[in-house]
Amino acid sequence: MFLMLLPTLIFFLINSYFPMIGIYYAFTQFDFNTSMFNAPFVGLQNFEFLWKSGTLVKLTMNTIGYNVAFIVLGNVLAICCAILLSELNGKWFKKISQSVLFLPYFVSFVILSVIVYNMFNYDSGFLNTMLLQLGLNPVDVYSKPWAWIFLIIIFYLWKNLGYSMVIYLAAITGISDEYYEAAKIDGANIFQRIWYITVPMLKSTFVVLLLFALGSIMKGQFDLFYQLIGNNGLLYNTTDILDTYVYRSLKVTFDVGMATAAGVYQSLFGFILIMTVNYIIRKINDDYALF
Amino acid sequence: MPIQKDNYTRLLHSIAYVVIIGLSVACLLPFLLIISASLTSNESIIRDGYHLIPGQFSLEGYKTVFIFPQEVLRAYAVTACATVIGTTMGLFFMTMAGYVLARKDFKYRNGCAFYIYFTTLFGGGLVPWYIMITKYLGLLDSYAVLVLPGLMTPFLIILMKNFVKSAVPEELFDSGKIDGAGDFRIYWQIVLKLSMPGIATVGLFLALYYWNDWFTSSLFINDTHKYQLQFYLYNVINSAQFIAQMGAGTGVSLATEVPTESTKMAMAIVVTGPILLLYPFVQRYFVKGLTIGAVKG
Repeated sequence: MFLMLLPTLIFFLINSYFPMIGIYYAFTQFDFNTSMFNAPFVGLQNFEFLWKSGTLVKLTMNTIGYNVAFIVLGNVLAICCAILLSELNGKWFKKISQSVLFLPYFVSFVILSVIVYNMFNYDSGFLNTMLLQLGLNPVDVYSKPWAWIFLIIIFYLWKNLGYSMVIYLAAITGISDEYYEAAKIDGANIFQRIWYITVPMLKSTFVVLLLFALGSIMKGQFDLFYQLIGNNGLLYNTTDILDTYVYRSLKVTFDVGMATAAGVYQSLFGFILIMTVNYIIRKINDDYALF
Repeated sequence: MPIQKDNYTRLLHSIAYVVIIGLSVACLLPFLLIISASLTSNESIIRDGYHLIPGQFSLEGYKTVFIFPQEVLRAYAVTACATVIGTTMGLFFMTMAGYVLARKDFKYRNGCAFYIYFTTLFGGGLVPWYIMITKYLGLLDSYAVLVLPGLMTPFLIILMKNFVKSAVPEELFDSGKIDGAGDFRIYWQIVLKLSMPGIATVGLFLALYYWNDWFTSSLFINDTHKYQLQFYLYNVINSAQFIAQMGAGTGVSLATEVPTESTKMAMAIVVTGPILLLYPFVQRYFVKGLTIGAVKG
């Protein structure tokens, strides 16, 4: 049996455990020509620079801020839609709308960037075409950092609504009809039935999804941010997250030591965060703890 | 007896229809915009911008895409191969791992599960991983790099383990053993057959990952011939050099012709096409698999 598990164990050893050794790069001035232990050791200098330049604070705030918005809005919207959809009777309507809402989940982030380009580019974007037709002035969305806070959140919701809605729909289907019938006999109207039966019954699904989301709160949606923003420096202040910073440091500015340092910080901070959250949950309600 | 609808129910239903239809339109609109733009002539786009309905109908966008079909087709082939090979291999290893972890009589079950799970908690980060793959495994610019790093994820293994646990009763392991079947044979002949919905779901997740992957190319591939489809599209959208590169590859100079607006959009449709065609079939499995996984809680 061990033999059957071996490929998986080796895979994670190479793909996940070996790179952990590479954390050492964070303390060096690494470049690609030297081998690992020849790189000059600089101690905490990389971290110090990231800290002093304010990069780390900004990246952390952005990463966590966006994720909180994703988690809160994403779940609220998904729960609302799942409840509304589950109350409707038309079989065809349900099926089709569910498919339509799920569709964006399947397209790649590159396509998403095409969509955004199509809508918002200055010269021929759909938005500006509309504005011109209405006799208004065109807007250069790509130079408005604040607009992207909303755009990123909107497109995140656009892409993920269907997926989380299906999970909640499944949970709602699992609720026994008897509750509703009893409530009906007691004279509860449909809003009361939703508020006092459906919503509380979704709590456990919500908590599980929340915990998973909290576990990766330091990992941004790299694809989403990178495909929407790319290397547009104008927007970094409001849209740069740890992942995009690390990627850029590696691919564009070749700042390996710094990129590793930011990555280590991300891993460590996330790790401590999960441990803390798990500890607190364990204290409150053991059933919901992740491990 | 017809069901009586009270006013509250009617109100809720109207809200539901408005919200759901509104959101559905919002989900579809972007696709319509791209389709429309891909069918509009380039001059019309430059002059009037993108519209929901093609201003001046034209197929020139698609024609340009297929001037050099070998480039597009090569990217298609690369992605299709990576998807098939990666999904098959990944499924094989992950179902096997899921099965072993679901077996209660496997002594190191918890240890191994934690070994896998721990990688989601803590990691070396992007850069050490990048150096590992390029410097120590030497996979830069190889086809293998398009398949190998994405082969398994802890999430899917755990999903698979839960499926095996719920789909295959433990007694079957025992009865298989009594009949003299080895562990692998039990897996191959019993477990695989019984956990088909789980396999379909995990397989779809994996296939979707491979098909939509652009990140691997962007990190590890310099040779344009080995680009994944999505990264190829990414380059078409983002660089005017692409046509020049394409021309250089085929010995034709096209320095004056940068990708036009309609070409970009046509390209996007060509790349998305297979997913959109497969979508109605695939989506059913997805919903089913997710549903089973979620109800389990």
